[in-house]
Amino acid sequence: MDVIIENLPLYWDGLLRTLFLSAVSGIIALFVGTLLAAARVSPVAALRGFSTVYVEVLRNTPLTIAFFFAAVVLPRLGVRFEQFEVAAIIALSAYTAAFVAEAVRSGVNSVPLGQAEAARSIGMKFGQVLTLIILPQALRTVIPPLINILIALVKNSSVAGAFFVLELFGYGRQMANANGDQVMAVLLGVAFFYLLLTVPLGILASTVERKVAIAR
Amino acid sequence: MTSVLYDVPGPKARRVSLIGSIIGTVLILGLAAWIIMTLAQQGIFEGRRWAIFTRGDVWTLLGNGIIATLSAAAIAAVIAFPLGLMLCLLRISLVDWIRIPTRVVLEFLRGMPVVLMMLFVLLVFATNSFIAVVAGLVLYNAAIFAEIIRAGIQSLPKGQREAGLAIGLTSFQSRLLIELPQAVRRMMPSLVAQLVVLLKDTSLGYIVAYGELLRSVQVMADFLGSAFLFPVFFVAAGIYIAINLCVSRLAIWIERRGSKKAAGGVAPAAIRTGLEPGGNDPVAKDSVPGPEQK
Amino acid sequence: MKSLITRRKSLLVAAGAALALTLSACGGGSGTNPAPVDKPSFAAGSTMEKLSKAGSIKIGTKYDQPLFGQVGLDGKPVGFDVEIGKLIAAKLGIPADKIEWSETVSANREPFIEQGKVDIVIATYTINDKRKKVVSFAGPYYEAGQALMVNKDNTTITKPEDVKGKKVCSVTGSTPAATIVEKYGAVLVPAATYSACLEPLRNKQVEAVTTDNVILAGFVDKEPDAFKLASDQTFTKEPYGIGLKKDDTEFRNWINDQLEAFAKDGSYKKAWEDTAGSVIKTAPELPAIDRY
Repeated sequence: MDVIIENLPLYWDGLLRTLFLSAVSGIIALFVGTLLAAARVSPVAALRGFSTVYVEVLRNTPLTIAFFFAAVVLPRLGVRFEQFEVAAIIALSAYTAAFVAEAVRSGVNSVPLGQAEAARSIGMKFGQVLTLIILPQALRTVIPPLINILIALVKNSSVAGAFFVLELFGYGRQMANANGDQVMAVLLGVAFFYLLLTVPLGILASTVERKVAIAR
Repeated sequence: MTSVLYDVPGPKARRVSLIGSIIGTVLILGLAAWIIMTLAQQGIFEGRRWAIFTRGDVWTLLGNGIIATLSAAAIAAVIAFPLGLMLCLLRISLVDWIRIPTRVVLEFLRGMPVVLMMLFVLLVFATNSFIAVVAGLVLYNAAIFAEIIRAGIQSLPKGQREAGLAIGLTSFQSRLLIELPQAVRRMMPSLVAQLVVLLKDTSLGYIVAYGELLRSVQVMADFLGSAFLFPVFFVAAGIYIAINLCVSRLAIWIERRGSKKAAGGVAPAAIRTGLEPGGNDPVAKDSVPGPEQK
Repeated sequence: MKSLITRRKSLLVAAGAALALTLSACGGGSGTNPAPVDKPSFAAGSTMEKLSKAGSIKIGTKYDQPLFGQVGLDGKPVGFDVEIGKLIAAKLGIPADKIEWSETVSANREPFIEQGKVDIVIATYTINDKRKKVVSFAGPYYEAGQALMVNKDNTTITKPEDVKGKKVCSVTGSTPAATIVEKYGAVLVPAATYSACLEPLRNKQVEAVTTDNVILAGFVDKEPDAFKLASDQTFTKEPYGIGLKKDDTEFRNWINDQLEAFAKDGSYKKAWEDTAGSVIKTAPELPAIDRY
């Protein structure tokens, strides 16, 4: 276990990087994903089509390939970034947004029909129906699945380690190589720090789930 | 194509929507064209680079990669599903000393990156890379399957369980015979969507040097040289999307078939359809959580 | 899908064959099959006797190190490490086709040796003291040195001191990556493989790529118009050893003897010329064996 204590600064640095990637990508993904879900149920056919294609393609692409496009193909297109964190955030948020969109959409579908009908009958337009009536109710029921998506995002950020960003898992591999005599301990340490992020989120998810269930 | 979210558009709204749609389509096509042009200028679409796909050994390697990916995914799914059912039953047990430890185990499995689990299995149990990949996938996905089915059971009307108990079934019998089958059918779309995640997760096998599709592609690009990096990756992305779309289509097909069968029994789902234009929702119709993303 | 493939295959088989000829040249040598020794005899109970009697040996190597251990399109590894493995197997009376190759990645080399999943590891495996705590090393059989690769038009980086504060790409967790950060203050951009570093270098998102000189030489050889070595000087010494079970001194000494024999009878030089020699013309001398 000494190896974990000795390398605590590296673990800490990795943890912060993982947290940073997850937090920024998470916020962008929530925003973009909700927009995509709104586009999916909108009256404009092109928006629906775009949203459907986007979600279908991204959900069916391995994250590694999404990373490849963000980190290698984008620079070829002239999108230059100084920090590779940018590529990681683009890949993670583009990928996660597709899952957020699906979750929000099933949340929209879970709002009873009468709500939308009532809103329309008092003269609300689509934008008002969606933002004032449907989404606030939908978001509440989708909070538990959204938290699960965020948990997955935290773990997914480990793929960034293979694409030019040094985060928790990347540090783990580095330490494992430097401490060939204590590979197990190093990896247990990595596991511990991931759980430090994901378990509280999981507990939060089930608490919210219970709260929402009572509120109905 | 009507939705309860907005009024049936009138002629003016339809025209605006049509114009918007055309402009949007043109913009997207323009962007796509620009991307292709830019890449083409850098010689990425030169025939020389794509000629490798006329080679037999390239396709053999890709084929082996696809087989490795599919076999790991299939075996992992076949093991993970029953295990998930079992974990789910333990998780909702009425006995504290069964339920609570199961919950701890599930939280643990859900919170660990799959790559780490694969690496662990490989190092601790000295297995070969295939077993490490399958074990990592099984452990993680069994936990997710358990959670999805549990959400399905919770979404059932209370009467199902009450009726089961009323006709003299024990609590466990009611779970097993009455609730579980309905929950599984209800959550089928989420379960199949999770299968797609499982399939994609095989690509994490690179960490234990398992020769799945993405790894084959990596090996190929390394061996042939960086000129072939783009063609090889574009083809790999295409293959992945094609395979996963097939599995996703399967999900929609199963869901349609299932909703016909269940139409009489599941009242809330029947009411709630129709918010969506087109009305076919591949994900759960209820407030139950969708599949967990990889 | 399958029928499509076979149809394409049969249509274009001629074109493919022609291309295969041109491409096989860039794989860094095709490998050889040294003749196995006929019925060698070893001390009873030794590892050599066991392996020789079993008629097969399990060797771990890397599958993604150009010129040393890289897997080809047929799934078989080729490279200098692989050749050394074949030579050792031959001395045990084991023909090349009876060697069970398995891929070792950086994180599983020590565990694989400890658990007996492989008999020896020849995988650009730098000898160091921490590793010596859990495994034993024969050799070194080659001494690499770290170098820097830059874009062809780069004139600002000529020595490792020039990369201070600049972005340098290397493989996550590799020894060269640690060195460039700790000794020379570079900002590490970690990649999954060395070949993954090429695109960021080409796009000028990193200033240099660093690893052992021979690997970089392989990249420069493939794209001389794009890349060059910053300098011919190396700035570290990376003695590559052959990993085996800790304290199997008999086996270690035997391998050391064989390595010296290979140097004497020219098979060491031939192994080099067949593989890495396609890029680096001057064959190395066998480094002094470390008989600790």
